Amino acid sequence: MTETQHKGRELPVTDLSLVVLVGASGSGKSTFARRHFKPTEVISSDFCRGLVSDDENDQGATRDAFDVLHYIAGKRLAAGRRTVVDATSVQQDSRRQLIELAKKHDVLPIAIVLDVPEEVCAERNAARADRADMPRRVIQRHIRELRRSLRHLEREGFRKVHVLRGAEEVEHATVVTEKRYNDLTHLTGPFDIIGDVHGCSAELEALLAKLGYTDGAHPEGRTAVFVGDLVDRGPDSPGVLRRVMGMVNSGNALCVPGNHENKYGRYLKGRKVQHTHGLAETIAQMEGESEEFKAEVRRFLDGLVSHYVLDGGRLVVCHAGLPEKYHGRTSGRVRSHALYGDTTGETDEFGLPVRYPWAEDYRGRAAVVYGHTPVPEATWLNNTICLDTGAVFGGKLTALRWPERELVDVPAERVWYEPARPLRTDAPGGQDGRPLDLADVHGRRAVETRHAGRVAVREENAAAALEVMSRFAIDPRLLPYLPPTMAPTATSRIDGYLEHPEEAFAQYARDGVARVVCEEKHMGSRAVALVCRDAETARRRFGAEGPTGSLYTRTGRPFFDDERTTEEILGRLRAAVTDAGLWEELGTDWLLLDAELMPWSLKATGLLRGQYAAVGAAAGAVFPGALAALEAAAGRGTDVGALLGRQRERAADAAAFTDAYRRYCWPTEGLDGVRLAPFQLLAVQGRSLAALPHDEQLALIDRLVEHDGTGLLHTTRRLYVDTGDPESVRAGVDWWLEMTGRGGEGMVVKPLGALVRDGDGRLVQPGIKCRGREYLRIIYGPEYTRPDHLTRLRQRFLNHKRSLALREYALGLEALDRLADGEPLWRVHEAVFGVLSLESEPVDPRL
Amino acid sequence: MFLTISTTGTAARPATDLGYLLHKHPDKAQAFSTSHGTAHVFYPEADAERCTAALLLEIDPVALVRRGRGKGRGGAPDAALAQYVNDRPYAASSLLAVALSNVFSSALRGVCAARPERAAAPLPLRVEVPALPARGGPELVRRLFAPLGWTVTADPVPLDTAFPEWGDSRYVRLLLESERLTLAEALRHLYVLLPVLDDAKHYWVSADEVDKLLRAGEGWLAGHPEQQLITSRYLSRRWSLTRQARERLELVRLAEADDSEVEDIDNAVADETETEEKPTPLAVLRREAILAALGTSGAARVLDLGCGQGQLTQALLKDARYTEIVGVDVSQRALAIASRRLKLDRMGERQAARVKLVQGSLVYTDQRLRGYDAAVLSEVVEHVDLPRLPALEYAVFGHARPRTVVVTTPNAEYNVRWESLPAGHVRHGDHRFEWTREEFRAWAAAVAERYGYEAAFTSVGPDDPEVGPPTQMATFTISSEREAKAA
Repeated sequence: MTETQHKGRELPVTDLSLVVLVGASGSGKSTFARRHFKPTEVISSDFCRGLVSDDENDQGATRDAFDVLHYIAGKRLAAGRRTVVDATSVQQDSRRQLIELAKKHDVLPIAIVLDVPEEVCAERNAARADRADMPRRVIQRHIRELRRSLRHLEREGFRKVHVLRGAEEVEHATVVTEKRYNDLTHLTGPFDIIGDVHGCSAELEALLAKLGYTDGAHPEGRTAVFVGDLVDRGPDSPGVLRRVMGMVNSGNALCVPGNHENKYGRYLKGRKVQHTHGLAETIAQMEGESEEFKAEVRRFLDGLVSHYVLDGGRLVVCHAGLPEKYHGRTSGRVRSHALYGDTTGETDEFGLPVRYPWAEDYRGRAAVVYGHTPVPEATWLNNTICLDTGAVFGGKLTALRWPERELVDVPAERVWYEPARPLRTDAPGGQDGRPLDLADVHGRRAVETRHAGRVAVREENAAAALEVMSRFAIDPRLLPYLPPTMAPTATSRIDGYLEHPEEAFAQYARDGVARVVCEEKHMGSRAVALVCRDAETARRRFGAEGPTGSLYTRTGRPFFDDERTTEEILGRLRAAVTDAGLWEELGTDWLLLDAELMPWSLKATGLLRGQYAAVGAAAGAVFPGALAALEAAAGRGTDVGALLGRQRERAADAAAFTDAYRRYCWPTEGLDGVRLAPFQLLAVQGRSLAALPHDEQLALIDRLVEHDGTGLLHTTRRLYVDTGDPESVRAGVDWWLEMTGRGGEGMVVKPLGALVRDGDGRLVQPGIKCRGREYLRIIYGPEYTRPDHLTRLRQRFLNHKRSLALREYALGLEALDRLADGEPLWRVHEAVFGVLSLESEPVDPRL
Repeated sequence: MFLTISTTGTAARPATDLGYLLHKHPDKAQAFSTSHGTAHVFYPEADAERCTAALLLEIDPVALVRRGRGKGRGGAPDAALAQYVNDRPYAASSLLAVALSNVFSSALRGVCAARPERAAAPLPLRVEVPALPARGGPELVRRLFAPLGWTVTADPVPLDTAFPEWGDSRYVRLLLESERLTLAEALRHLYVLLPVLDDAKHYWVSADEVDKLLRAGEGWLAGHPEQQLITSRYLSRRWSLTRQARERLELVRLAEADDSEVEDIDNAVADETETEEKPTPLAVLRREAILAALGTSGAARVLDLGCGQGQLTQALLKDARYTEIVGVDVSQRALAIASRRLKLDRMGERQAARVKLVQGSLVYTDQRLRGYDAAVLSEVVEHVDLPRLPALEYAVFGHARPRTVVVTTPNAEYNVRWESLPAGHVRHGDHRFEWTREEFRAWAAAVAERYGYEAAFTSVGPDDPEVGPPTQMATFTISSEREAKAA
């Protein structure tokens, strides 16, 4: 590359565009492209010819080569990457295909013409071995076609045309990358985004005052962003224009155009437009304004950019909403979409166009803030929000504070204009049973989590989860979390034990966790409870019509078939929360609880009857006869002593097994006999509590239990242990021995700090279960404690279970974070669905 | 895992001859290794008047589970037999039957060199099985053993005396008595009928099981009134094997006489053909009604939503006017069966291009289902929980939005006409609800109103003047003038 002394021409090229180099063979296109663009930005037709035919000059491969070129260019443009096409492109037909490609991906087509004399081209070709025998007439034809094209390039659709004449000018030209007008990603606000004003000048002034603006400026340097439709219908469009233009000119505001500005702008330019939908009012109000002001308005409206991408790409503002593929793009289609939105082509019973519910399909990461469609309330739907709350129709004028995501509004002074149809929620909501999309959960997926990176979900596991989620689970809106599985402690070598807490304490000590809590493990069924303050809260926060929350199992199934029973439990929980003062203290009107519901026999009757009790019954039926027969044989002098001894032991084991499961069964009548032991508060409005230390957690839970006057709620006993202190560890072991000796299921050891990482920054297990010796008969069979069985059972493989527990934990945390951040339902559901999918991975079910 | 066989005798014909017949000495305790543990034979009593042989199988439950290991990840055992909490160590299951045939193999064949005349003759027999798993209960136990000449006493074992409300277990205490059978016959009865009553075989059923059944069933199975049940259960109710066994039982001799394969002569009667006069099954009437509605609609590209095992998909495929048929179901098992039914893997390319089976869910919107002419939801809505029905409505009528939607569902009022259906019950365990005619019409009207369709109603099956037809059907047609309000 040679540095040139004299300054050549500067060629502005937009950062996202399709650059078409136009020039004869040998005109220096490849050299030019190499010099001014990244190697990956440039696709040359010669290269593509080589790809499909092993010969860069094989003209017979041209058609296939261009298919490949267009395909690659299309992929790059779809991904938002500038692309330079290095082909002769001297024929209009080949350029037309490229322009179509640019339009298809809503980027600007730009032409750079290298108009170099025939002699120079021929000389260069002659110097190249592979082109030396190219006939002179080919170059002549190229140059002829190029010359013929020059005048038409802009008409063909190129938005910028740079013609470089002569080898000298080509040599010295430089390419300057320009940002797109809509790219304001460098502006980080904070912003106050204001909905459709429609000439409601008084309401606008009131809202600006409420937002803290004085005379069009904010003392903290906030920027107002108007979503358009400043004019028409309302009482004072000129006043609104004056205020907004002033703020924009002084750098205190940004503004995107609405369809009403667009139409008024065309009127101002003298185009013929219908004076409908409130335009007549604007025209009349502007009558009294000076020509100078009118000219200023015209310039202002002319300069408006269809939409803005702000705050590092996290925020998109436009008038009528914009799907993700149009963000930051530049085409007539994008502008039209930004101004008018997408319609289905149908009209409704009021004669108004039916809008396509694009927000329902929206899955983008950027929040889209828009207006255009009057709605009664501004509500988020899939990370989009419509701020047009019908100020001019007597609704209110609404602003969104960004990044705070707070809504601020002022009521309309009166109905300024009668709406053609009543205000109603069109897109936002999720209230009327709009389901999630299969593409959000189906097939092989990777879910991004804040705490453990990407968690992969296999296709077959997602398929199984889909079946359960669709056929048996409750409404996903009331299913914002599923609990992760938990790994047991490492296998104990202590005589007679398969699990023993020493291993759990040792593992946490190795992970660098000094302080742990041992929580009594309740033998029941895992239950998650979503408790709302009232049905209205459930409707507003979760979009659920009717219930005041939910109570569900670890696969998302309702605990009780009867809604009244669920409501009864929720009611009791709610009363306890209210009496304990937790609504106020936690600043919430709902909370999500992790709990154990007892007795086990309540939900596990099928399993108990089909498996556990059945085994007990078979053993109970067979041993008396078998033992009597053996005793009789022994009495006859037959040598059955050893066999008889073994059968007596086995009979005793079977009886111990029956005792073990019976402890977790008791009859219930309605809710009499039903117990719920909450052990963690998972989330409240705006906050995940997953990182709240367990002592604080349990203190809150204790207050709930204290304030429950119905006997439903039960406490979780606990003991704190220092993993580094042998005395403390011994106390922990003794506590477990005592508890399991009395028939307790066991305990769960958790890091006191709840969400804890090890020295390498990886998540440590959020809990390790240590199950009691008698309890494990239910898992490993009545006779598992026999030494020869125990020896073999110790060969168990925990790694997959541990990894699964951590992956599910990360997904669970992610669901809670997404819920707390007010993310769209599909994002929460994605993580919840992930937990359910992973639960179907093949892992030893006894762990 | 335990049973006893007793006989009585006199000084002339001592009961202890049982030891000769069983080839096991009455004064010894003997142990035999079998594939799942150790079988012990001993005699609690043995004199001229009474002799009892006991078979006790000590099963190793850990080995039982670990046998299937290595198929899952992390060394996890396969689902079958994966439970350590397993009745196999206690119950008289197929494992005991296998042990019986191993330990008493000569006796089973009726071979006894020492006492051939006693082996060939009936003797007084008493068989006790204290824990016999019996799917079908004491009643079936009687039906299986009584026709063979046994006096049967079968008492149910309660599940747990501490919880009488749980009722009886599937085990019975069995006592069989007879004076008309030989020991070999008795053993063969046990060998076949223990696993049949257990109905959960512990090893994979292979083709040679058919031969084993034929051998052990010789002389008594062909004439047994429950022959079909015995055959199908013994072969774990695997259809192809079951059919093979039945063919062989009934047609095998004819085939042999003709030097033919049994398949060559047993192909005239297809399974579906009904030779006797029977009212057309409701499923067929339903399919006919659906096909008629689709035909009227002029649809060519059709969704079979909730296609199940693919019966309707198959019917659609037979009609060339349907150029594209998509069967959707959430159950992969159903799809696998449907795929087998349609023989998708062997279908010609042109046919295969017309049909597709995909896993999908009707409570999620699905881009793949947009743009079709018609959708059928045949006996589907009642499998969705009522609170989730709005999601289905939106996914089908609001999102997929075919021009025509055909919905069939049971008419709950008609249930009183099903003799076998107890009052107040739904027709299928998985039905979350069943609607009366009024309820169905109200639902359909509301959906039509909400999403801009017109609903028309059809009766399927005999229209009872009092309670209406067994199946109700609604055909929704999109109304072009009116627009979808919720879309």
